[in-house]
Amino acid sequence: MTAAVWNWSEIIPALPEVFLAVSAMVLLVLGACQKNGGLKLIGTLSVAALAVAMVLTLKADWTPVTVFSGQFLSDGFSSYMKILVLGGLIATIMLSMRYLVQENMGRFEYPVLILLAGVGMMIMLSANSFLSLYVGLELQSLSLYVLAAIRRDDAKSSEAGLKYFVLGALASGMLLFGISLVYGYVGAVGFDAVADTLAAATAEGTVAPGAIIGMVFILVAIAFKVSAVPFHMWTPDVYEGAPTSVTALFAIVPKVAAIGLLMRLLFDPFVSLMPDWQQVVWFLSAASMAWGGFAGIVQGNIKRLFAYSSIGNIGFALVGIVAGTADGVAASILYMTIYMIMTAGTFGIIMMMRRNGVAVERITDLAGLSKTHPACAYAMTALMFSMSGIPPLAGFFGKLVVFQALIASGFYVLAVLGLVSSVVAAYYYLRIIKVMFFDEAEAPLDRESAPMRTLVLTLSIIFIAGFVLVPETLMHTSQEAAAVLLPAND
Amino acid sequence: MLETIAFYLFATVLTLSALRVITARNPVHSVLFLILAFFNAAGLFVLLGAEFVAMILVIVYVGAVAVLFLFVVMMLDINFVEMRKGATRYMPLGVLLGGVLLTELTMLFGAWKFSPQIAQNAASPTPAIDSVENTHAIGAILYTDYVFIFQVSGLVLLVAMIGAIVLTHRVRAGVRHQKVSDQVNRKISDSMDIQSIKPGSGA
Repeated sequence: MTAAVWNWSEIIPALPEVFLAVSAMVLLVLGACQKNGGLKLIGTLSVAALAVAMVLTLKADWTPVTVFSGQFLSDGFSSYMKILVLGGLIATIMLSMRYLVQENMGRFEYPVLILLAGVGMMIMLSANSFLSLYVGLELQSLSLYVLAAIRRDDAKSSEAGLKYFVLGALASGMLLFGISLVYGYVGAVGFDAVADTLAAATAEGTVAPGAIIGMVFILVAIAFKVSAVPFHMWTPDVYEGAPTSVTALFAIVPKVAAIGLLMRLLFDPFVSLMPDWQQVVWFLSAASMAWGGFAGIVQGNIKRLFAYSSIGNIGFALVGIVAGTADGVAASILYMTIYMIMTAGTFGIIMMMRRNGVAVERITDLAGLSKTHPACAYAMTALMFSMSGIPPLAGFFGKLVVFQALIASGFYVLAVLGLVSSVVAAYYYLRIIKVMFFDEAEAPLDRESAPMRTLVLTLSIIFIAGFVLVPETLMHTSQEAAAVLLPAND
Repeated sequence: MLETIAFYLFATVLTLSALRVITARNPVHSVLFLILAFFNAAGLFVLLGAEFVAMILVIVYVGAVAVLFLFVVMMLDINFVEMRKGATRYMPLGVLLGGVLLTELTMLFGAWKFSPQIAQNAASPTPAIDSVENTHAIGAILYTDYVFIFQVSGLVLLVAMIGAIVLTHRVRAGVRHQKVSDQVNRKISDSMDIQSIKPGSGA
C-alpha cells in the first residue's frame, strides 16, 4: 500500500471549489440565523463568493496538474470552462433576485443551492476519474432538482421537479451501468488508465464490445443532461414548469458544464474509440438540430420555445465535437460561450414580462412591445437576430466556426442538415420580432426598473453586437483551451 | 465442518425469507422477512471474512432502511391487494421486457473480454487480507486515496438535507414556542400587583 501522506499544497489547484463549498456552508448558516428570509444579503454574498471563485480560477496556474490521488485535474480547458460556468451563475443570480421577491419565493436557500450546484459543475469539469465525475454530476443534479421544485405550492413546479428527478435518476443509473461496464473491461476508473488501456486495445484491434456498450451508456446519460434528442423529453416540461428564474439557470449554465464534461470524456478516456462515438454524436447532433428547429415552430409558451431552442443549440454545439479536431472543439467552446451570453440576455427580457404584477409567458404577450417598451423590443430583436445566426451578430460567428470545422473534417451531410435546421429555427426567432413590432397589444406590460437585470441584458447586447469588432480574443482563448484537450493535433 | 453447516443454515434461511418477502400477503410481514434476510446475508459476509460489510449491512439496512420501510408501510394506508390487481394485467409485458433484457445481458456477458492490462490496472490497492483487517484496510484507502470523493459525497448529502428541508418545512402561524429569555426576564411587577391593604377595610 502506498502510504499516502497528506500534503496541504494538494488543495491549491482545487482552491476555487473549496472556497465555493465553504462559502456555501457559511452562507447557509448565516441565512438560517437571519430572521426574515435574508435573501437579499445571501444573494449578494453569493454573487461575491462566485466572483472570488472566478478570480481564483483566473489567477490560478493553468498548467495541467492532478491532485487527490489522480481524482482531480486542473488544466487550461477545465479553468476556461469553469470561468464560463461561474460567469453564468453570477448572471443568473443577478437576473433572478428581483423575480424571486416578486414571486414570493425569496428563500435564502435558493442562492446557496446555486452555489452548491456550481461546486458540482466545477468538479464535473475537473473530473479525472469516473468516481469524481459521478459525485460531481450528482451534486449538480441534486441541487437542480430541488431548485426546479422550489415553488412547492405550485403544481407545475412540483411536477417539473418530480419529472426532472425521476428521469435524472434514470440517467444516473445508465451512467453507473456504463461506468461499471467500462470498469469491468479496463479494471480502473481513472481517466488516464482508461485512455491508455483503450489506446493499446485499439492499436491491437481487440476492444471488447462490452467496453463500447459501456461508453454508449455513458454517452446516453450525458446526452440526457445536455438534453440532446432523443433524450430531451424532460426539457420542455421542466423549462415550462420551473419558475422562470430557475429556467434561466437551466438554460444558461448546466449545459456548459455538461458539454465540457462530454468533451473531456470523448477526448481523454475515449479518444481512441473516436470512430465509434462519432456515429453516436453525429446522430445526437443531427436529431437535436432538426427536432429543436421543427418542434419549436408550434410552441405558444415562450419558456417552452426556449427549451426547444436550447435543444437545437446543443445540436450545433455537438457539431464541433463530431468534427473530432482541435478546431472543432474550439468552435464548440466558442459556440457555448456565445450561446450562454445570448441566453442570459434573452431570459432578462422573459423575466421582465409581467402584466398587472403577474408573470406572463405566452409569446403573444410580447405584442406591441415596440410601442410600450421600445428599448426592450430592440434588445430582444438583436438577441433574436443573433440566435438565428444573422451576421454581423455574435450568433452568426458561433455557427460559422462550428460548420467550418465540420466541413474541414468532411461531414457534408451533417453540415447541410444543420443549415436547414438553422433556417427552420430562424422562423420562430423572427416570429417573436414580428409579434413585438407588428401585432397590437392587448394591454401593455408593466414598467419596472431592475438595475441588475438591465445590467446583465446590457452586457449581453454589448457582447453580441461588439463581438464582430474583436473576435480574435475569444477565438484565441477557446483555441488554447481546446489545444489543452487535444495536444496531439497541434 | 461447523462453517459448512453455518453456511447452509444462513443460505437456506436467506433464500426462504427472501421468497417470503415477495409472497407474503401482509406487507408488514414482508418487511420483517426482509430484515431476517438482511441478518442472514450479514452472517454469510462474516463467514467470508468481510466483517465490515456484515456490520454495515446490519446497521444501515436493518437499522435504517428496513425500519424506514416499516414506517412507510404502517403509516401510509396503502391497499396492496388493490395494487396487485394491475400487476397481473401487466405481467406478460413485464416478463417479455425482462426476458429481452436478460437475453441481452447474457449475450453481453457471453462475449465478455477483459483487457489484457486488467491485472496491472486492478492491482489491489489494499494489502493482503491476512495482514490487515478489512475495516482497517477500507479506512486506510477511503481517507487517503478517496478523500476527495468522500468529502464531495458529504456535500451531496448536505444538498439532500437542504432539499428535504426546503421542500417540506413550512412556518406555521400560531405555534407557541418557549422563549427562555422572556421567562428569565420576567419581573415580579409583571405578574403580581402588591397592594397594601389597611387592616379592617377589606379588599
